[in-house]
Amino acid sequence: MSMRMTVSLVLVFAVLFVGSMSLFTVMQWETGIVVRIGKITRTDVKPGLHFLIPFVEKALTFDRRIMTQAMQDERFLTAEKKNVIVDAFIQWHIEDVKRFYTATRRGDFGIASVRLTEVVKDGLRGQFGKRTIQEVVSGERTEIMEQVTKRANKKAFEDLGITIVDVRIKRIDLPEDVSGSVYERMKSERARVAAEFRARGKASAKQIMADANLTHDTILADAQRDALTTRGKGDATASETYAKAYTEDREFFSFYRSLAAYNKTFATGNDILILEPDSEFFRFFANATGKQGAQ
Amino acid sequence: MKDRNDIKTLMAWNEPGGDKKDSWSRGSGSDGPPDLDEIMRKMRDRFGGLFGGGKGGGFGRFGGIGVGIIIAVIIVLWLLSGFYVVAPEQRGVLLRFGAAIGTVQPGLGWRIPPPVDTIIRVDVKQIFREQYRSQMLTRDENIVAVDLAAQYKIFDPEEYLFFVQSPGDTLQYSMESALREVVGGSTMDYVLTEGRTDVAQKTQDLLQETLNRYKSGLKITKVNLQDAQPPEPVQGAFADAIKAREDEQRYMNEAEAYKAEKVKRAEGSAYDVRKQAEAYAIQVVRGAEGEASRFTQVLAEYKKAPKVTRDRLYLEAVENVLANNSKVIIDIKGGNNLLYLPLDKLITQAGAAIAAEAGSQGVTGSGQPTGATRSRDARSRGYR
Repeated sequence: MSMRMTVSLVLVFAVLFVGSMSLFTVMQWETGIVVRIGKITRTDVKPGLHFLIPFVEKALTFDRRIMTQAMQDERFLTAEKKNVIVDAFIQWHIEDVKRFYTATRRGDFGIASVRLTEVVKDGLRGQFGKRTIQEVVSGERTEIMEQVTKRANKKAFEDLGITIVDVRIKRIDLPEDVSGSVYERMKSERARVAAEFRARGKASAKQIMADANLTHDTILADAQRDALTTRGKGDATASETYAKAYTEDREFFSFYRSLAAYNKTFATGNDILILEPDSEFFRFFANATGKQGAQ
Repeated sequence: MKDRNDIKTLMAWNEPGGDKKDSWSRGSGSDGPPDLDEIMRKMRDRFGGLFGGGKGGGFGRFGGIGVGIIIAVIIVLWLLSGFYVVAPEQRGVLLRFGAAIGTVQPGLGWRIPPPVDTIIRVDVKQIFREQYRSQMLTRDENIVAVDLAAQYKIFDPEEYLFFVQSPGDTLQYSMESALREVVGGSTMDYVLTEGRTDVAQKTQDLLQETLNRYKSGLKITKVNLQDAQPPEPVQGAFADAIKAREDEQRYMNEAEAYKAEKVKRAEGSAYDVRKQAEAYAIQVVRGAEGEASRFTQVLAEYKKAPKVTRDRLYLEAVENVLANNSKVIIDIKGGNNLLYLPLDKLITQAGAAIAAEAGSQGVTGSGQPTGATRSRDARSRGYR
C-alpha cells in the first residue's frame, strides 16, 4: 500500500513537473520567441499561455513596450560653425523580435541601445549642420526631430528590428564660454533698455512741463485780454455817461470842469502862486466898488 | 504545509511590483485576500477532526479518503483565494496567463485564482508631481532660468501598464523637451512677463500630446510655471531696467503734478485779473454816473440863477486854491521896482510848513468836503 502510494505520488509530481516545463506564459507587455537548439522556431508569440516541447525548446520573452533611451550631451556644429550642446532621448520599442534577437546577440538590450544611439547621433549631427542656431532653437526643432526619427527609423528597423517612435531633443544650449558673452550681451541690452526708459521719461516730463507753461501763459494772457476789454467797456460806458450829461450845457461844463481842474492841480498845497491883484478874484481887493478904474 | 507554501508562492508571483526595477508605484500592494490566513485557520478548525482522525486512525486504513480530502481542501482553498478587493481609488487590470482580459472596477470580486488569473492594481486617483528647473535658450538667443512643475495622474491603467516601460522617465524627459521647445519658440521678454501662463499652457498641451502618442496612459492635470527669471549674472541689469521703467513713470508723474499745479495757479490768477477788471469797470461806470448826476444837479441850479451861481463857484474854487497854497501877491504894474524873489527858499519853507501842519490838518481841514475830493479823483480817471 505504502509503496503504491509513494509511486503514485512520485508519478503525480513527475507529470506536474513535465507539464510545467512544457508551458510558458507571455505577459501582455511582452512578446516571445521559441528557440530550438539555437534556431528560432516560433516568433512574435502573443500574450497568454503557450506550449513547448520540454528540454528541447526554450521560450524567451522580451518587453515590447516603449523604452526610453537617454543620450549623453553631445556637441554639434551648426551651419554657422557655432557649437551647441544637445541632449536628446529616444523612444523606441521592439518591432520585429526575431530580427532583434539575432541582431543583438540573443536580445542584448545594451548592444541595442549603443547602436541606436549611434544612428540617432549621426542623424542629429546631419540635421544640425544644415541649420543655424536660430533655426534649431526656435523654429525647426520639431522638424529636426521628425527628420531624425524618420531616417534613423529605417536603419534601426533593418539593423535591429526596432521602431523608433520618437527622437526628442531636450536641451540645446550654448557652451559655457559662449554663455558668458551671451550674459554680457544681455546686460548691455538691458542697460540700453534702461537708458531708453529714463530718457523717454525725461523727454515726456519736459514736454508735459512745456505744455504746462504754455497753458499757464495762455490762461493768463486770455485773462489779461478779457480784463482790458472789460476795463475798456467800463471806460466807454463812463465816457458815454459823461458826454451825455455834459453836452446839456457846453459852456457851463467848460467852466465847471476848469474849476475842478484848478482845485485838483493845486491840491497839494506845495505850490507858490505869484499873483497880480488884477484878476477877477481880486476885483474888490483894492477897490470896494469893484471898479477897475484905479489906473 | 505544502498547500500554504504554494499559496505563498502564488501570491509572490502575483505581486506586480516585483518584476520591474523602476521604483514607481506601479500596481500596488500584494495580491490575494488579506484575510487568507484567517480563512485557513477557520478551515483547519472545521476540518480539524478529520485531520486528527486521519492521523490518529492510521494512514493506511483511511489513506485513500485522507488523500481525497487533502486534495479537496487544497482545491477549495485555492478557489477561495480567487476573491479579491479593489480599493475605491484603484482600478484592477485582469490578466489570464499574462494576457489582458479587462479592467475591473473597485469592489469585491472573484476571478480564477493564480496562476491562471492575476490582478494588477493601479491607483488612478493619486496625483503625482514632477518638477524641472533649468536655464534654457529663448528664440532671441537669450538665456532664462525656468522652474516648471507638472501634476499628473494615471488615466488609463491598461495603457499605462502595457505601452511604456518607464512612464516616469518618459514623463520627465518629455516635460523637459516640451518646455524647452516652448521657451525656445518664445522671446525672453515674453517668457519673463506676460507669457508665463501661456508658456505653461503650451507646455501642457505639447506634453499631453507627446504622452498620448506613446499611449502612456498618463494625464497631465496641471502645469505651473513657478518661476521664470533672467540668469543670475544678469539679474542686476534686469532689475535696473525695471527700475528705469518705474523712473520713466515717476518723471512723468512729477511733470504731471507740476502741470496741474501750474495750470491751477494760472486759472486762479486769471480769475483774479478778470474780477479786478470788472471791479474797475464798475467803479468807473458808477463814478461817471455819479459825476454826471452831480453835474446835472448843479446845472439845474445854475440855470435858475446863472450869474450868482457862476460867481459863487468861481470864488469858491479860487478861494480853495489860494487857501491851500503859499502865495505872493505883487502889484508889478503899481511900482516899477526890481523884485527879488528867492523861489527855491520859499518852496522849501512851504514844504516845511506843510509838514508842520500835517498833524492838525485833519481838524482844520481845507474847507473842502471829503466828498469833493473823491469825486475829483473819479473825474480825473474818467478823462484819462
